[in-house]
Amino acid sequence: MALLDYFLRKKEKQVTTASKAKERLQIIVAHERNSRNKQPDYLPQLTEDILKVLRKYIKVSDESFSINLDKKDGDLNVLELNIELHDEQTAD
Amino acid sequence: MARIIVVTSGKGGVGKTTSSAAIGLGLALKGHKVVLIDFDIGLRNLDLIMGCERRVVYDFVNVINGEATLNQALIKDKRVSSLSILPASQTRDKDALNKENVGKVLEELGKSYDFIVCDSPAGIEAGAMMALYYADEAIVTTNPEVSSVRDSDRILGMLASRSRRAELGLEPIKEHLLLTRYSPKRVEEGEMLSVEDVEDILSIPLLGVIPESQAVLKASNAGEPVILDTESDAGKAYQDVIDRLLGETVDFRFLVAEKKGIFSRMFGG
Ligand SMILES: Nc1ncnc2c1ncn2[C@@H]1O[C@H](COP(=O)(O)OP(=O)(O)OP(=O)(O)O)[C@@H](O)[C@H]1O
Ligand SMILES: [Mg+2]
Repeated sequence: MALLDYFLRKKEKQVTTASKAKERLQIIVAHERNSRNKQPDYLPQLTEDILKVLRKYIKVSDESFSINLDKKDGDLNVLELNIELHDEQTAD
Repeated sequence: MARIIVVTSGKGGVGKTTSSAAIGLGLALKGHKVVLIDFDIGLRNLDLIMGCERRVVYDFVNVINGEATLNQALIKDKRVSSLSILPASQTRDKDALNKENVGKVLEELGKSYDFIVCDSPAGIEAGAMMALYYADEAIVTTNPEVSSVRDSDRILGMLASRSRRAELGLEPIKEHLLLTRYSPKRVEEGEMLSVEDVEDILSIPLLGVIPESQAVLKASNAGEPVILDTESDAGKAYQDVIDRLLGETVDFRFLVAEKKGIFSRMFGG
């Protein structure tokens, strides 16, 4: 019965190839975005260690300190430290 | 200040050159001064799509190498006088372009044009990076298909990290989604990602939806950008893109399949 077939087929088609494509894309894109933004695992510990050393000599608040690992062209990475120094923060 | 717009995609063959040609010509038809640059070094094609391939004397790399001036290399469009084309070279000297020399050319062009439209090569290698580096805006050309959408997302990553704006910490590149080769019928049948699906995944503002259209092949055969075919669906869809780029709000068209009448269905029309 062609007409019945037609309606049944519409129902069956719930999981379309397009919805499958969307689901797969959402997963892979989320994954790839994550690894794009991912900083190396050692960065938090490194940050803490650097701060510890700095604070032996100068006062550094959390706000006046930033650390950033940037990927540049090719395989060049740049580790960037930014420390704001105010005169009165220099410990004796 | 000229608006520098890169037409990019990651994946090849999705319609960057077709779109660059239509958008460049469309903006010029609105009275703006536009220069279209082919960044696809070694594989120049924009000249063919624009119909000026026989008028190429000097190219982008000649200008970079100081073998020709910009004025010698720029080709004035025969249809619209405010449009010029800077063709790519056919030599495979891909290393000819670098940030410094491209920057100089763009700066020079910026003095006399309102829009600089950069047709990017495919891929995420040096050539594509050069095309997007100086961009203020990016038209991320995407087909409703898994590999194209994934590559578009990677390009979005590059725009956010490898462009001049990113490196200098300036306001980020303005991103636009241009969905091309869209078949509403196949979407309705569940065979193709819909506009909403792609928007969901890429989450950038939609600039336009260009239907899969026979007019595009006809246009490239003739060397007449499809936007000149004002009766065609693709031509109209590109016209809407121009209006949106110029700040107008325009409803999206060609998103639903044309309904076949009962008669054509009965008689298999
Ligand atoms: N809306 C459309 N409908 C039908 N065909 C289209 C459409 N857009 C593009 N095409 C066709 O797709 C092919 C690739 O288009 P185009 O050359 O513009 O892509 P591209 O992204 O510039 O490719 P490349 O990455 O090689 O530079 C061409 O044959 C073109 O005619
Ligand atoms: Mg191309």
